[in-house]
Amino acid sequence: MSKDRMVTLTVDGLEISVPQGTKLLKACLDNGIYIPNLCYIDDMEHPPASCRLCLVEIEGRPDPLPSCSQKVEDGMVVHTETDAVRLLQKTAFRLLVSTNHGKCRLCMANKHCAMQQIAKFLHMPLRTKKLRYIPKDMPEVIEDHPCIVYEPNKCVLCGRCVYVCSRQNYDFALDFARRGFNTTISFFGSQEEGVGDYCRNCRACVDICPVGALNFKDERDAFLQDLQAKISA
Amino acid sequence: MSSNPTPNEILSELTQAAEKQWQALQNPAVPVIYVGHATCGRAAGSQETIDGFKDALEEKGLEAEIITVGCLGHCYAEPLVTIHYPGFPPLMYQKVGAGEARVLVNSFIQGGEDPCFEYLLGALEPNDTFPTLMDYPRYLYEKRVIMDQCGLIDPHSLDHYLAVGGYQSLAKVLEKGDKWVVEEIKSAHLRGRGGAGFPAGIKWDIARQAEKTPKVVICNGDEGDPGAYMDRTLMESNPHQVLEGLAIAALAIGASRAVLYIRAEYPLAVSTIEQAIAAAKECNLLGDRILGTDFSLEVSVFQGSGAFVCGEETALIQSIQGNRGMPRYRPPYPAVEGLDGLPTVINNVKTLSTVPAIVRKGSHWFRNIGTEKTPGTAIFSVVGDVEYAGLVEVPMGVSLEHLIFEVCGGIKDGKPFKAVQIGGPSGGCLPESELSTPIDFDSLRQAGAMMGSGGMVVMNDETCMVEVARYFIDFTQHESCGKCTFCRVGTRHLLEILKGLTKGEGSDDDIAELQTLGEEIIKGSLCSLGKTAPNPVLTTLRFFKDEYLAHYREHRCPALMCRDLIAYYIDLETCARGCDACVACCPTEAIFTTSNRKKAIDQEKCVKCGECVYACPPEYDAVRKVSPPEMVPDQGIKPLDKEEEENNE
Repeated sequence: MSKDRMVTLTVDGLEISVPQGTKLLKACLDNGIYIPNLCYIDDMEHPPASCRLCLVEIEGRPDPLPSCSQKVEDGMVVHTETDAVRLLQKTAFRLLVSTNHGKCRLCMANKHCAMQQIAKFLHMPLRTKKLRYIPKDMPEVIEDHPCIVYEPNKCVLCGRCVYVCSRQNYDFALDFARRGFNTTISFFGSQEEGVGDYCRNCRACVDICPVGALNFKDERDAFLQDLQAKISA
Repeated sequence: MSSNPTPNEILSELTQAAEKQWQALQNPAVPVIYVGHATCGRAAGSQETIDGFKDALEEKGLEAEIITVGCLGHCYAEPLVTIHYPGFPPLMYQKVGAGEARVLVNSFIQGGEDPCFEYLLGALEPNDTFPTLMDYPRYLYEKRVIMDQCGLIDPHSLDHYLAVGGYQSLAKVLEKGDKWVVEEIKSAHLRGRGGAGFPAGIKWDIARQAEKTPKVVICNGDEGDPGAYMDRTLMESNPHQVLEGLAIAALAIGASRAVLYIRAEYPLAVSTIEQAIAAAKECNLLGDRILGTDFSLEVSVFQGSGAFVCGEETALIQSIQGNRGMPRYRPPYPAVEGLDGLPTVINNVKTLSTVPAIVRKGSHWFRNIGTEKTPGTAIFSVVGDVEYAGLVEVPMGVSLEHLIFEVCGGIKDGKPFKAVQIGGPSGGCLPESELSTPIDFDSLRQAGAMMGSGGMVVMNDETCMVEVARYFIDFTQHESCGKCTFCRVGTRHLLEILKGLTKGEGSDDDIAELQTLGEEIIKGSLCSLGKTAPNPVLTTLRFFKDEYLAHYREHRCPALMCRDLIAYYIDLETCARGCDACVACCPTEAIFTTSNRKKAIDQEKCVKCGECVYACPPEYDAVRKVSPPEMVPDQGIKPLDKEEEENNE
């Protein structure tokens, strides 16, 4: 048997063939079938499955499942647009939006933000309507790191930054901190030892952030100044 | 040619010496005093009791042996003391403080004249003179399988455990083999006592057949439910039983490494288990080449740092690996890919503690206890407004009503029953109409609650169900690892709505949101914490909807519990002239004297702590609690300073 044995499955009535072992989400995305997702990164062995957006229904399974964590199987019949899937996706999206003030114009990720893309796809507003707005119990902007700023209320806690950092650096410089609703990304060591000992300013975390919650301080300052100039003009 | 001794032969040599010592204890030459000295006993003051006995014995120049034992599970009666006086049956005494210890020494141990009936709970053995413990429903209806020896043997003595048949199951499994024991546990239908009820035998079989080696077994002692403490008791009161179960599990799957994951908040459990491991190793019951066979097991203790979510098996593995305790998506299940990627079986303390008994007495015996689908017993820690609180072990399948009213003596002070919360913070609240529900994994789940790991909070009619839901959601929200969207943000929204309701704020939309969001959190969450977190909200909404409505429609808390919706006032009819009891206890000086020397409450100063209710002498019972606060009658009296203020205006 060759290493790249192909598996054929049906997604929304469309028959697709992908190499064995491919994750269902990747199989769909590669074949032009969009499924909303935030936390997925291709090379992860165990995707976190934490954003709860990439849900699909697989025939023979009772409830919607995260497609990032399912490997393709021969003859699998998948539906990405059922009512049950959409309902949960919309709720998950609504929950993520409810911590954010929705001032997209003031954000560096404006127009290439994953949340904007998903909002468009799900026909959902980027401001919370049905649920009340609950910001996290912490400052709007956290400037612990010498050159990176973090905005906790924009952050969707997808964990992509934590993953790339741990992959690129031997001693990874950021991780999740706190619990429950106030879970956050933290550059640990930033308080006492100086995060410079760990962080090599490799940009990996800033580049991978899908929502613009992590930015370089000087770049953000320049962006805001630019914006200010535009507004006053 | 002499052959090597079999495990049984090595063990029986150890056991013989232990039995001799044990027999001597059963027919003592001097009085033997057993003091329950596990965490709950210590909290009730058992150390003072021991000191009291020692002092009194020394003063009188008497000789007696004091032995510390574990916990019997009868928390309402702690500190518990059993005295075995030569010529008497062993007698158990309840609530023995240092003073009672002195009395017992003076009247009973000195000369054996007066066995102090006033403190007596009962005799441990049938006899002609004393009532036995079996005469009480709390003992009679219990079926002790797992807790059989808890509170009766010294947990720090390996000999005690050996004398009551300890490690014989391990020796048996060493002779009969891994395949046999997996089949035996499978045929016993032993279901995991951690909460989910997954068949332990099947889990073992999956791990046994996994190709990767080495393999690992983990004992999950990360008990975190508020008010639940049966795992702690088992580890503190009979540690060798847990270790024997762990060793059998390791043998069954072919593991060479075993880890006990115990939360750091259980220091006594940690030290007791560590001491037990050392003792077992010394006697070749754990460690290298156990009982002369090829089977070796390295056992270690890992202390968890107190995150509730680490009880979830994938989070527990992360925690042992030194990472933040966050669950991961399953499959792959730990039995296939667990600690360090190795096949790992994770069993609860109670599950492992059941194993030696099944091996010893057979799967057929075990299947005859409990129900067909869930054989065996259930241990509940029954707490709250119940007469005989503590740990109760009953056969699966008995009704909730039987457990609460017959075994545990019903509601304290004869108050009406309102609800019972089963399964810890993510279980459900069941009302009186559901009391006929049999206790087993499937029936409880059907009723909207769950078995969980066995926490049970009984509530009387003074408990507000909205507040209860808020309390438990607050707990799960606080303990959420923050990984997945539904659990992290969703439970926070539930909490906000519930907080509003307890203050009398809310709308029909909020109630609808509680219901739909709750259901979606169950469907959308990553791990069992999120998948069960909304249960308290959904069950209270289902069974106590009126109470929710009263909070926001009438700004009234029917149970008179939510502080923002109640008020206290003093009934001038029954208030005694000249009595100052309530004035002295009020922390905010809200109580003032009226012109006819009776008392009244300044509503603006009152913080509704309720201290005055307890301070008011029962013969007057003049403090009234009402909801909504507007129900306080206008008695037309004002504190003097306010009257002056108004006059000045």
